[in-house]
Amino acid sequence: MSTKSDVNFSPEDLAAIPQKALLELYTTMLRIRLFEEKIVELYPEQEMKCPVHLCIGQEAIAAGVCRNLKKDDYMVSNHRGHGHGIAKGISMKVLFAEFYGRTTGCSKGKGGSMHIIDTSQGILGTSAIVGGGIPMAVGTGLSSRIKKDKRVSVVFFGDGAFDEGVFYESFNFASLKKLPVVFVCENNFYATNSRQSSRQSSCEIANSARAFGAPGMCVDGNNVVEVYKAADQAVKLARSGGGPSLIEATTYRWKGHVGPDVDYEKGARTEEELIYWMKRCPVKNFEKALREGGIVTGETLDAIPQAIFTELDEALSFAIKSPYPKPEALYEDLYNI
Amino acid sequence: MPWTKIAAERQNITTTDSVNPDVRRGSYRDAILEATRSCMETDENVFVLGEGVDDVGGVFGTTQGLIDIFGPERVIDSPLAENGITGVAMGAALAGMRPLLVHMRVDFLPLSLDQIANHAAKWSYMFGGNASVPLTIRAITGRGWGSAAQHSQSLQAIFAHFPGLKVVMPATPYDAKGLLISSLYDNNPVLYLEHRWLYDMTGPLPAEMYRVPIGKANLIREGKDVTIIAISQMVGMAMEAAEDLGADGIECEVIDLRTIKPLDIELIRSSVQKTGRLVVADTAWKEFGVSAEILALALEDRDTFNALKGPAIRVALPDVPTPASHVLEEVFYHGPEDIISAVKKAVEEA
Ligand SMILES: Cc1ncc(C[n+]2csc(CCOP(=O)(O)OP(=O)(O)O)c2C)c(N)n1
Ligand SMILES: [Mg+2]
Repeated sequence: MSTKSDVNFSPEDLAAIPQKALLELYTTMLRIRLFEEKIVELYPEQEMKCPVHLCIGQEAIAAGVCRNLKKDDYMVSNHRGHGHGIAKGISMKVLFAEFYGRTTGCSKGKGGSMHIIDTSQGILGTSAIVGGGIPMAVGTGLSSRIKKDKRVSVVFFGDGAFDEGVFYESFNFASLKKLPVVFVCENNFYATNSRQSSRQSSCEIANSARAFGAPGMCVDGNNVVEVYKAADQAVKLARSGGGPSLIEATTYRWKGHVGPDVDYEKGARTEEELIYWMKRCPVKNFEKALREGGIVTGETLDAIPQAIFTELDEALSFAIKSPYPKPEALYEDLYNI
Repeated sequence: MPWTKIAAERQNITTTDSVNPDVRRGSYRDAILEATRSCMETDENVFVLGEGVDDVGGVFGTTQGLIDIFGPERVIDSPLAENGITGVAMGAALAGMRPLLVHMRVDFLPLSLDQIANHAAKWSYMFGGNASVPLTIRAITGRGWGSAAQHSQSLQAIFAHFPGLKVVMPATPYDAKGLLISSLYDNNPVLYLEHRWLYDMTGPLPAEMYRVPIGKANLIREGKDVTIIAISQMVGMAMEAAEDLGADGIECEVIDLRTIKPLDIELIRSSVQKTGRLVVADTAWKEFGVSAEILALALEDRDTFNALKGPAIRVALPDVPTPASHVLEEVFYHGPEDIISAVKKAVEEA
């Protein structure tokens, strides 16, 4: 793992990005963090009866990428998709309702936490089959090319999905046809308990783009400004007809592969590794930079969590008060009419 | 709190044997691990390949510790590359190895369908018997706790459709061990399909290496009124149903299918000829499923046809993907009570 030990934000970068954008990047990350922490808190009640793949520690990637997207830009993601969804604009209400198996959930309780969708925000679904979403984003990109609608498609996937042949097939096609697609690989160095180095011969994900004649960038995925800047380039390139890019964002998942607990006790990963990455917290370090750089006032920053807690409470009470699907719902939605 | 663990622990595991203290017992999980280990010890051509097989969790414990005994040369963690790795395993099999390819979920098998169906299944026949593919592929069906549409499928029917494959689905620790050993020593590609909810089931488990023949179903309860053919997780439920029905004076004959392909149609037909009534309980979808094949094969035989007193009934999944919400899971899945109603209906209608 070759990531720098500090998360540093250059004063020039912070000065170049509008304050509003910086604040939104921070708020989005914190919304994701607190949403996931709420799940950690409530999951032991066993009322959220579905597997949860938490993205605590990885928030900067979703936030930094999606800040560059418009509402009607397309997004496809994977099993670890809560953060992507929140950053792209899905409401916490329909997420919680989905996780609680309610009919008001984003998938009417049919999908659970691995299957979130909000077509009104360009979120076209998340696949729990690793790599399954990658070609779909190429397809939405193809549609945008044919329709000339100027939309950009983004797909989030992990380093594990980079193992899959479907990545290469999809990336090649996107590059061949110069499609407006941004491939975002969240490299958290593990696929379940399996290290990247035990699955990949070179571990140079970003560099692989070169073989397909497209740009590849490796950024510190815990540095929201780095992610934001790389995505800005990639999105502009895509929107202007320049074809796809591959962004590899290195990061670390704090919790186990699935569920609310840390996993170092089980022996798959070490506690030292977790401690190292917790020091590189994307949210805390950015907050510190904003505060100490005098970019956002302390008062403004201090008010953000409370607003998010209120949003969470409302979302939760919406979910819990919502009805369960009726038995007949089992047979609905199989085909669209 | 791994989700499958919660779901599995909540389930009341039905054992299909009476407990005899003199008989060595073990779990379904132990059975798979023991079979793998014994085969690796006896035959150096056997090796294990799959995502996470060297992992601390050891594929829900079924490969646990093998890495320490046999090392990374024979216990190989795989990249997430299902189709490619299936082809790799097949190549090794063509070269005389006996690979055991492991998938955490049946749902990942469709990614490797090309290598399984277009290649492994056809290699012997397509080349006039000049090559053999002794490849065993394990995969696990999940259920419950919102596993949802992509983590819960039972896909035996699609694999059974391809000539050249064998498909087994053990329902007890004893068969889990014996069938895995048979699969690993078979000279053909075998799909060995497990059910996650059987993992904690315990039962007789002899320490020695023994084989359970592929292609032989097991008559596990005799009865004169209704034949119940059950597959995988449904076997325990069928036994529970039979027990209850016995108290009501309905004598069920229960057959644990064990092998999907080749199907032991002789045993099925002879049982139906005796009882005149047929109920099939499958873990998969009803439409175009194994249960349909069983009914068809029963009907195609004059004596079985003549013996039938009424319509056959299938207890199998409705024609929708698995929903996540637990309230819909309850409607979607079947339990012993559904088998009981099916049997009662079969009796009433004939
Ligand atoms: C095709 C396929 N193979 C295996 C799995 C089991 N699985 C689910 S998530 C996962 C790890 C994925 O790793 P990565 O893509 O790096 O994403 P991360 O979980 O690290 O965010 C695996 C192996 C799956 N869901 N689909
Ligand atoms: Mg990963």
